[in-house]
Amino acid sequence: MIASPNLEVAVLVLGVLLLLFETFADKVDKRTFAYAGILGLVTVLVGSFYLMPSPQADDLAGFWSFYTADPLALFFKRFSLVTTILVLAMMIDYAPSVRGAVAGATAQAGLGEFFALPIFTCAGLMYLVSAIDFVMIFVALELVSISFYVLVSFTRKNLLTLEAGVKYLVLSALATGFLVYGITWIYGVTGETNLDRIVVALANPNVDQTAATFGAVLVLVAIGFKIAAVPFQIWVPDVYQGAPTQVTAFLSVGSKAAGFVVLLRVLRPFLMLPKMDRLLVVIALLTLLYGNLAALPQGNLKRLLAYSSIAHAGYLLIGIACFDGNAVTFYLAAYLLMTLLSFAVLIIVAQLAGERISDFDGLAKRSPFLAFAMLIAMISLAGVPFTVGFFGKFFIFNAAIAHHQTALVVVGAITVACGFYYYLKVVRAMYWRPATRIDIIPVSILSRVIMSALIIAIIGFGIYPQPIMDALKPPANQVALRSIP
Amino acid sequence: MLLLLIVLCPVVAAILIMAGLPARPIAVLAAFANFFMALTAWILFDSGSAEFQYVSSFAVSIDWKINFAIGLDGLSLLMVLLAAIVTVGAVWFSGKIDKYENAFFACLLLISGGAIGAFASLDLFFFYAFHELALIPTFLLIGIWGNDNRTAAAWKITIYLALGSFILLIGLIMLYQSIPVAARSFDIRTLQAAASQIGPGAQRNIYLVLLVGFGILVSLFPFHTWAPDAYAAAPAPAAMLHAGVLKKFGLYGLLRIAVPMLPEGARYWTNLLLVLLLANIIYIGLATLAQRRLDRMLGYSSVMHMGYIFLGIASMNLLGLTGAAILMFAHGLSIALLFAIAGEVRARTKTMLFSELGGLAQVMPFAGLAFGFGAFAAIGLPGLANFGGEILIFFGAFRNGFTVGNFHVFQVATVLALWGVVISAVYMLRAYRQVFMGTMDERWKDFADLRSGLRFPIVLLVGGLIWFGFYPQPLVRMLSAIFQTYLQQPP
Repeated sequence: MIASPNLEVAVLVLGVLLLLFETFADKVDKRTFAYAGILGLVTVLVGSFYLMPSPQADDLAGFWSFYTADPLALFFKRFSLVTTILVLAMMIDYAPSVRGAVAGATAQAGLGEFFALPIFTCAGLMYLVSAIDFVMIFVALELVSISFYVLVSFTRKNLLTLEAGVKYLVLSALATGFLVYGITWIYGVTGETNLDRIVVALANPNVDQTAATFGAVLVLVAIGFKIAAVPFQIWVPDVYQGAPTQVTAFLSVGSKAAGFVVLLRVLRPFLMLPKMDRLLVVIALLTLLYGNLAALPQGNLKRLLAYSSIAHAGYLLIGIACFDGNAVTFYLAAYLLMTLLSFAVLIIVAQLAGERISDFDGLAKRSPFLAFAMLIAMISLAGVPFTVGFFGKFFIFNAAIAHHQTALVVVGAITVACGFYYYLKVVRAMYWRPATRIDIIPVSILSRVIMSALIIAIIGFGIYPQPIMDALKPPANQVALRSIP
Repeated sequence: MLLLLIVLCPVVAAILIMAGLPARPIAVLAAFANFFMALTAWILFDSGSAEFQYVSSFAVSIDWKINFAIGLDGLSLLMVLLAAIVTVGAVWFSGKIDKYENAFFACLLLISGGAIGAFASLDLFFFYAFHELALIPTFLLIGIWGNDNRTAAAWKITIYLALGSFILLIGLIMLYQSIPVAARSFDIRTLQAAASQIGPGAQRNIYLVLLVGFGILVSLFPFHTWAPDAYAAAPAPAAMLHAGVLKKFGLYGLLRIAVPMLPEGARYWTNLLLVLLLANIIYIGLATLAQRRLDRMLGYSSVMHMGYIFLGIASMNLLGLTGAAILMFAHGLSIALLFAIAGEVRARTKTMLFSELGGLAQVMPFAGLAFGFGAFAAIGLPGLANFGGEILIFFGAFRNGFTVGNFHVFQVATVLALWGVVISAVYMLRAYRQVFMGTMDERWKDFADLRSGLRFPIVLLVGGLIWFGFYPQPLVRMLSAIFQTYLQQPP
């Protein structure tokens, strides 16, 4: 049995070890470290199923007032691990093209950090989903952000990448500033940084609610940046397009999921503040409309996926506005599977043809397997039944209807129809546009295995979703530490 | 077990075909296996009972009480039969496919499997999900193998139907949530039992949402514009399956869910529905008259005939509902027949313009005869299955609220709808004359008639129309049991 904080420690140690060995092993192909990293993370993932029960809710002191291992946190720890494993696996095959964009890189040099940094990001994500104190949230968020600063601009010969890196750095730092400022306001009003104690403090009628609301809104700005909610989404298309595609995938899945977990935790104390729910509804509406409408005319698939990630943030925000944690979690799990699958196909096609949708013309002839994988990813993102994406939308809209959020439902119906258009645009290119080239696209065994696993998961959970729901329930031998909001 | 095989057979066959097995033989085999299994289910079916038969159920989500539950009563058995017959016709009728042959047959089978699954589902969730299963194959079928304006048509139908299904989904969730938490379930049988607890206000709202959702799927008047474009552009087998079978899903849904569970809502919106369906019959009827192309004319006529079925549903009595169900079945056969022949004509002449066609019966007598049967069935000539449905609908609708000496809204609507028969006689006969009669263009004189192999599915469809035209009694017996239970419910 393992104490749950040891999971993060193990991941951090793994990252440090990889970096250390990488420094001295100048004869070894750096891809070995990616395999080692995957192996280590899989071990941690297995270890996460043999955890000691965490302390009871009433004796939260010391470390446990910063850190929780409730089912929500555990679910997202595993979620981060799976994401990182898949991202590392995607990085392995495409190391050569990354190398081409790094000055002075050979098979033995220049890529070590590329494989080690995601592991640190993963540790940051795992801390972040467990954080129940603003200080912890801030520190974990920084660990994630700083490793992303490097990852986003890793292929530094490429001008677009540099632009993306600078944009991400500047805007992310700005968002961090908002976060700290918000935390100070909240601390100033309540005298607490622990979320549970803030709940108690805010219940006191003498607390200045206006100041608390101001602080909460500032925190919301910072998290809104992470999850790409309108109006803090401006960076998304450029950064997603410029960053190495594997990093884009990581950014759009890992960073977003962690942002939503933090949002769920942070909002709980502040939801009682006046107008907070209405603010969330407005943000959700704007995000839905912006993401979906802006995605319509995109001709570059990477940019399209960036807008689609904004659009999905909108659906997730519907769940947040209705405060249905289970629906949000399920949607994120679905989003992980389908987004990573679409990026996995995109990485391969982009290497040989390009990132534009027209580069996918006739893909069904050039590689039926890739075309089928993309088809599944796209219809799942669009929300067709018998894929996991449909269950995600189903739970989200179920929550919206239960809370009588008519505006969200009506706008949601329009945006779902938009989604069908831009996702099926890719399908159209693959299946009925004539191919400009006819050479076969080779797919490595590793990629084939990963994609097949993702396809099976998307369809499997789309027919039988119970395992994901079970994963969110507290284990039988452990009383729920904190109720999932 | 038998029903499970019927539902899974097309889907499994589609997967096998995508995995690389020979496409056409597997598809034909699966279609025939399904046809005979559906016949067996019909023969073994107990027509007197309103209970669901051949029920099987598997838990999918315990938390949400979602089960994969299937079963047949008279109404769903009729629709499954229709789907099985038209699938045989469509699959058999698919000739040589020049590109992605495997994908073509897989798509056809997925549409068929989606329709059969939706008709057989006893669980709201799968009822909805199976119908959507057919959406992407339709998009691909029209987009890859379609004619003329295929890209625009494929987008139009897909986005329309995606929006319609999503509105439908919202309506179904509203229905689910309108029932007290303890009784909530996705099972149609449980919902039916608990439906009396839905308040009148909620019934009106839900019925309206469902009417719009199903209405888009069935091409009810303001939401009909996708249908003619899509059917004109679709390859013939896809048009047969979609117009013949899949479009009936919306009507089936109204009969299965909206009418029995939300009777108050149905009554409240009757006048609105009457106006819309009259627009379907009269306005679309006139629009059909104006068409200059055979494929678009057939597309419009299929929109128009939905109006009669809506009239039967709106009348909310035994005659009207039974007539609606019979007409759904008969229209499915006749429109599939017409699209099949139109597809053959297109394959030969490469044109669908009435002004260029003509005299084809000289070289294609069999096709002309078959088209004639389809056209007369669509008009509603006695002796063909559509007649039985239409006559029941008209009597049922006319009787609704009728007192001697006073015409109410239903009587006016019925009289107006009767004019639709005249309109459809005009355009069908005119189309028949312009395509098969008159002087033949020199270009057409070397054409061969339908291959003898292709005559089988045509004979099957014509045979169905004639058989049920002269002997609709088994259908009526099968349907009246279930509709009687609908109407006996406490108000």
